[in-house]
Amino acid sequence: MRPLRPLFALAAAFATTATAHAQDVHAAHAAHGTHDAHDTHDTHDTHEVPPADHPGTQRERIEAASQEHPQHAIPDARPPSGHVAPPPPQHVMGAMSPARMIDVMGMDDRARWGRAVFDRLEHGDGRALGWSLRADYGGDVDRVQLRSEGEHADGRTAHGDVELLWSHAVASYWNSQLGVRHDVGEGADRDWLAFGVQGLAPYWLEVAATAYVGSRGRTALRIEAEYEALLTQRWVLQPRIELDAYGKDDPAARTGSGLADAAVGLRLRYEVTRGLAPYVGVEWSRRFGRSAHYAHADGNDADDARWVAGVRLAF
Amino acid sequence: MKLLSAGGRRLPVLPSRRRFVRGVASGALLAAYGFAPLRARSAQGVLSGTRFDLEIGATTVDFTGHARRAVVVDGRLPGPLLRWREGDTVTLHVRNTLAERSSIHWHGIVLPADMDGVPGLSFMGIEAGGSYTYRFRVNQAGTYWYHSHSRFQEQLGLYGPIVVEPRAGERFPAEREHVVLLSDWTDVDPEHIYATLKKRSDYYNFAKPTAGDFLRDARAQGVSAALAARRMWNEMRMNPSDLADVSGHVYTFLMNGTTPASNWTGLFERGERVRLRFVNGAAMTFFDVRIPGLKLRVVAHDGQDVEPVTVDEFRIAPAETCDVIVEPRDEAYTIFAQAMDRSGYARGTLAPRAGMVAEVPALDARVLLAMGDMMGTMDHGMPGVKGMEGGCGASMPGMDHAAMGHGGSATMHHAPAEYGPFVDMRVDAPRTNLDDPGVGLRDNGRRVLTYADLRSVTAPISPDVGREIELHLTGHMERYVWSFDGRKFSDAEPLRLAHGERVRIVLVNDTMMTHPIHLHGMWSELESPAGEFLARKHTLVVQPAQKIAYRVSADAIGRWAYHCHLLYHMEAGMFREVVVA
Repeated sequence: MRPLRPLFALAAAFATTATAHAQDVHAAHAAHGTHDAHDTHDTHDTHEVPPADHPGTQRERIEAASQEHPQHAIPDARPPSGHVAPPPPQHVMGAMSPARMIDVMGMDDRARWGRAVFDRLEHGDGRALGWSLRADYGGDVDRVQLRSEGEHADGRTAHGDVELLWSHAVASYWNSQLGVRHDVGEGADRDWLAFGVQGLAPYWLEVAATAYVGSRGRTALRIEAEYEALLTQRWVLQPRIELDAYGKDDPAARTGSGLADAAVGLRLRYEVTRGLAPYVGVEWSRRFGRSAHYAHADGNDADDARWVAGVRLAF
Repeated sequence: MKLLSAGGRRLPVLPSRRRFVRGVASGALLAAYGFAPLRARSAQGVLSGTRFDLEIGATTVDFTGHARRAVVVDGRLPGPLLRWREGDTVTLHVRNTLAERSSIHWHGIVLPADMDGVPGLSFMGIEAGGSYTYRFRVNQAGTYWYHSHSRFQEQLGLYGPIVVEPRAGERFPAEREHVVLLSDWTDVDPEHIYATLKKRSDYYNFAKPTAGDFLRDARAQGVSAALAARRMWNEMRMNPSDLADVSGHVYTFLMNGTTPASNWTGLFERGERVRLRFVNGAAMTFFDVRIPGLKLRVVAHDGQDVEPVTVDEFRIAPAETCDVIVEPRDEAYTIFAQAMDRSGYARGTLAPRAGMVAEVPALDARVLLAMGDMMGTMDHGMPGVKGMEGGCGASMPGMDHAAMGHGGSATMHHAPAEYGPFVDMRVDAPRTNLDDPGVGLRDNGRRVLTYADLRSVTAPISPDVGREIELHLTGHMERYVWSFDGRKFSDAEPLRLAHGERVRIVLVNDTMMTHPIHLHGMWSELESPAGEFLARKHTLVVQPAQKIAYRVSADAIGRWAYHCHLLYHMEAGMFREVVVA
């Protein structure tokens, strides 16, 4: 503002000359005086009657009439609207292809768009790097989704999987999913056909349930659910649970039939921005049945509880 | 064409209606615009006459300390005020110096379809480097505006006010007038905003209910009441704080292209009645406007004269205009326009001398949507919304009985597409009350304008109607898809009207957002719940779970746009073509 001080002075000068001018106009106006009667009206919290030279609505009469014949033409005491219908266009727009229309209008409600969210990108007790990625691309109805989660420790991937899914909007809050999953890491690599649902359950519960069919009659089921509790607008507490079950024992992959493992996590993040949120949390996991047996046989614990620290990234 | 540099205008109530006072407000504007040194020409220009040469181009603006590209008319944001005269034929030669297609739509002006400025429907748009000449006779008077109808150019600054002087003189005289154009500026690329909303629709909402709010409510009302208040919203996966998709988090709210800090000032002389012509040129923001210390005498809405009604405050939707007359004493007043979600405000000053300021009120507390906003009427105890399980307690806290309809209606019929994946809510018993000022303004201790207050001073264009068309405003917040009857623009057939027929359009809002619906080419004549004509509008606000009706006289041959005037809702599919043939 400071360099504009002179301008300010200039403005004041303008205002002064204009004031003089305005007073002339005002004096003339006062002399004329015809319209002034109106502005002496007190302004109440009600409708006023417009000035007499512009006859206004006889509101009471109309209301009475409308009560008698609410659905029919009502003779209106008000002056006509003065509305003039426009002439037809001289140039009529013909039909054009949808693509051309989108281009010309600059409007495209079928545009494709993408996003990627690393919900978890974390270190657990200094020994493992865990990740969970969900990326998707497409239109509102059909989207391609890339899903991956796993754990990298001691320079190699301990376990993990990558899924490529076709996600199709089927109901208000639900998408059906169909695709493939490839497991990586220790034990035998496995490939699966995947089909499931993903969506938002009542009470804002984010849910994904996927069934898998592999070779040799192998089957699996994974259910994930998470919730985001807002402690404040930026502190978010996220509990989550993940369950894995298998149809039959698979010693090579170190998984047993029935409920094989469960993981429960609780993470507290701070959204520096919506896309960048560092967090700390605790993750508890447990193997059950034959899977626990395999773990013991390999010299591992069936139970694991650890602190995690990481960052949630959204693009 | 004359270029006049006056933001405010001393109105001669004399035969020489074309006399302008220069300087008064423009001086103040220059001072007020001091924060925007990058602008080519700063003060709001006024162009009047019958022939206009306008230039669409890019310029650099700085509202936040960061230089940004804006898309504007004649190097100004907002563009110049166009003053026309009722009965004149105006010619507007518009050149486009952008490297992209552009357009100008004359919002609220009745004109031939090829002059309406909607690319793809009225014309092919104005090519990069090209031009288009609009020419039409102006058969109406009042406050209107113009804006781009291409992509997100409106968000980038391509808008400006129009004032059409009535041939017979103003019905409600005032000695001075100012245009007050409100808008929402963002430093963020609108393409990025739209992409962000598609990815995460609550991205800009920093007013969501938190655990802290719950504890506060539990202390005040008891745990079970606090739980009950949240239960239905959460069960429905609805967010009661969803009042604005894009908030003050990224918006700087402007008054005549001026930030609150820079304080746009409109001057007046002692004893003058001042007509303020409010225009909401925002892409996404509803403003709640008041001038503490002054009564606002509303004399026109959407350019059309109404029986004067005196209020303390009014809500103005994107694309609406509202004229008020105030009678200030010899002191300064703050024109305060807070965003509906209370995430910020536009502010200016009305003063007898430049440099004066008045106290700026604090933003009102944020308010959440009421149950009536989700469910409509609650006449029959359990109303409402399909798919709801469990009871809704009769003593739901936050429930606003005053807001609920007294004109109960039969259960709604919904289009099949409303049961598809892109509709998250259907209201079976919408409320029909027009005397509800809307969320955040109910029972605030001030007299707030409602649609029930509007009474046109002239008779309706359509004295009766031949048929009724019901359309539902639909959408899905999480998926960020918006539509009519569950169908996006690209999935929908045009709405066909026979030339000369008169129809009643009934809109039912099956969403929890407030939508300003704009029909091009023809007036929307709002009816009361009893079917009487209230007021002629070009943009009609439908509140959540509300049903409104209006008459349309299909007297304008051609292809017309019909859409929600929230820019990103329009882009996301809340748009229909209307064909009159």
